Amino acid sequence: MIALLLGACGSDEPRVAQGNRQGILHFGNGTEPQGLDPHVVTGIPEMHVIVTLFEGLVTKNPHTLEPEPGVAKRWNISEDGLTVTFHLNDRARWSNGDPVTAYDFVWSWQRALSPKMGNQYAYMLYPVKNAEAFATGEITDFSHVGVTAKDAQTLVVTLNAPTPYFIQLMDHQSTYPVHRQTIEKFGNAFDRFTPWTRVENIVSNGAFRLTDWKLNRRIEVTKSDTYWDRDKVALNGVVFYPTENISTEERMFRVGQLHRTESIPLDKIPVYRAMQDSPYINSPYLGTYYYLFNTSKPPLDNLNVRKALSLAIDRRRLTETVMHGSTLPAYSITPPGTLGYEPPKVFEHDVEQAQELLAQAGYPDGKGWPGLELVYNTSESHLKVAVALQQMWKDALNIDITLANEEWKVYLDTVDQMDFQMARRGWIGDYVDPNNFLDLFLCDGGNNSTGFCDPVYDDMILQQAPQATTREARYAIFQAAETRLMEQMPIVPIYTYTSNHLVQPGVRGMSSNVMDWINFKYISLDQDQRAVD
Amino acid sequence: MWRFIGSRLLQAIPVLLVVITVTFFLVRVAPGGPFSSEKAVIPEVKAALEAQYRLDRPVLEQYIAYLGDLIRGDLGPSFKYPGRSVNELIGAGFPVTAELALYALLVALLIGVGAGVVASLRPNTAQDYIPMSAAMIGICIPSLLLGPLLILVFGIYLDWLPVSGWGDMPGDKILPAITLGAVYAAYIARLSRAGMLEVMTQDYIRTARAKGIPEWRVVVVHGLRGGLTPVVAFLGPAFAGLLSGSFVVETIFQVPGLGRFYVQAAFNRDYTMILGATVFLSSLIVVFNLLSDVLNAWMNPRLRSRAGQNT
Repeated sequence: MIALLLGACGSDEPRVAQGNRQGILHFGNGTEPQGLDPHVVTGIPEMHVIVTLFEGLVTKNPHTLEPEPGVAKRWNISEDGLTVTFHLNDRARWSNGDPVTAYDFVWSWQRALSPKMGNQYAYMLYPVKNAEAFATGEITDFSHVGVTAKDAQTLVVTLNAPTPYFIQLMDHQSTYPVHRQTIEKFGNAFDRFTPWTRVENIVSNGAFRLTDWKLNRRIEVTKSDTYWDRDKVALNGVVFYPTENISTEERMFRVGQLHRTESIPLDKIPVYRAMQDSPYINSPYLGTYYYLFNTSKPPLDNLNVRKALSLAIDRRRLTETVMHGSTLPAYSITPPGTLGYEPPKVFEHDVEQAQELLAQAGYPDGKGWPGLELVYNTSESHLKVAVALQQMWKDALNIDITLANEEWKVYLDTVDQMDFQMARRGWIGDYVDPNNFLDLFLCDGGNNSTGFCDPVYDDMILQQAPQATTREARYAIFQAAETRLMEQMPIVPIYTYTSNHLVQPGVRGMSSNVMDWINFKYISLDQDQRAVD
Repeated sequence: MWRFIGSRLLQAIPVLLVVITVTFFLVRVAPGGPFSSEKAVIPEVKAALEAQYRLDRPVLEQYIAYLGDLIRGDLGPSFKYPGRSVNELIGAGFPVTAELALYALLVALLIGVGAGVVASLRPNTAQDYIPMSAAMIGICIPSLLLGPLLILVFGIYLDWLPVSGWGDMPGDKILPAITLGAVYAAYIARLSRAGMLEVMTQDYIRTARAKGIPEWRVVVVHGLRGGLTPVVAFLGPAFAGLLSGSFVVETIFQVPGLGRFYVQAAFNRDYTMILGATVFLSSLIVVFNLLSDVLNAWMNPRLRSRAGQNT
């Protein structure tokens, strides 16, 4: 006990000030990563660490989100859009000094697609010829998959169809190369459970290398001296902290223990926003919060009811009051500003029209309303939104909505089995392209969950859009498809997510973008800056 | 005495078997599985995952296989953290939880026994009411509130102690230990007050006083040993409670203990981790209750002879 108390007397320089001097970024990372194998894990905290350790063929510019050279120094797309040739940088190295070659990519993609790996993001490679057939076990010979190494520096990829966003996918963790000899040294290469990602074992090819990993405590990465673009890397290291309690995370920020938080408690937003030189960063995020309508069950099988419910919501009031301005009203499934794509606005808040539509559906002024249940997963903010909407529907349409909250995994089952009338849902884009949101509602889309099926819509997304020769033409098709979708209203968009972080004033180069994507290569720390008081 | 310990250990086996069986089947009937996720998992991937964790076999077969592994000391691979075994996760989290529980127990004893003894010396006066009211408040304030309050005062306003972490910064173990220990300090204060009140009226205390022994010696040497018997009996369950109930404190202070893994496992339907942690913590509770009984018997000769006769 005495030692415990004596231990309290030590240096009281905040970690942030120390980090600014040493070039070490202290990063609030949400939860403890499940693991660091790029072909196994799926979450955002995992991704933050993995992008420091590994690099794909391309990487993203954090300001524009346009692809820029990673392991590939350049690439060409054939005129028919079916063949992509990547020319690899001969200076690209693994952390043990081995060169990163095209053969590494071929082997890594085989691993990423292998059904045994159970890689939930294998579909990122599905645009590659026969990749889906291999991943689902239809074919077992990987040589039929459209990826070959012409030589150590040239990777040739053949696609099923022209895929304008293919280059975008090449910085997804599922497409990252992994070091074959290292993985094979620690067990079966196609086994999820080998310990190759442990500190003492891992070999990676990114701007940083793993130097410490204490479970539920910290993950530390240090600047790699074998990385091809190391002169551009300003940070000497990053320390990731699992911060699943957002109140604790905010307190850690307040006393200068963190440079950046993963999120911020809703009720603290007004306080930070009011500060001079506020550390609060809020910017649109590639994600939409919406409610699913089960179009196969009454009363939501009636289009007028669906429209009435959507039109009766005052999204502006909801985002400004309940969400403290931390989100933006949404009128479409695709968030605005998705690489230049602007979604159509098919409807607006219109109580009178909503009442009319409800009357047409046979429930004038809510008379004869059979009742409706909204299912959401237990969370304070989902509850706040649900209660606000319940009241708006009562005021505008005089109808009662019952709220049912379910524990996360129970809720996932309910949605998966479509055992609901109306359910909360959110979708965060995996890559910056409208396709990532619009293909949710294909007839056989695994995440459709509404019963909506429109062959014309499917044709637009699957056939017409990929054939478009220019970005403008493609976006025009997407806009037409999205208009069609929103006219049939299988979902009710509520708000566009925003990313909400607290960032210390000494952090440079952590620009806001719709993917909330951080390219750690671009970040530097101002050593003269102190922590926020 | 040895027979007493042996028979108690034998009794523990069916208890643990029931705990394992009930937990095993309960987690499997809970809706939602370890692989359900917000983004649809394609059937081939799901099948591959299920096969890797033996979930494609009949439940009874899984149960028997689990018991077999358990006998060999293998708690299985974690569902949530691929590449890590449950043994490894418990190995990483438990020492931290144990250390936290130990400090919390020290805090509880120091504050609790002190307050209880002081209160018992002058019953029904301010010297009694003040510490006992404080103890009552201690019981009533949940750590969910006390933790952030202590952080606010000592971490943020006074800036004396770190607001989170464990072994990362000097002094970061103090606030979690106090928060976790506070409730138990309050219980111990009440128990030691009651114990001391009873002992201090005994004949041997009167004899000690009559012999002219100074009052502090009467209290510390003669009174405490008998007066603290109820506290000692409480220590076993208290330590077990501290070990298994540290989740809230671990979350508030970002302490990388077993509690956080355990509760997250339930949310994630990490079957093997839920089972492993349950088996591990139940075994600990059995052991601590036994230790507490043994210690109690050692301190109280009457109990010891009765235990000897009964077994």
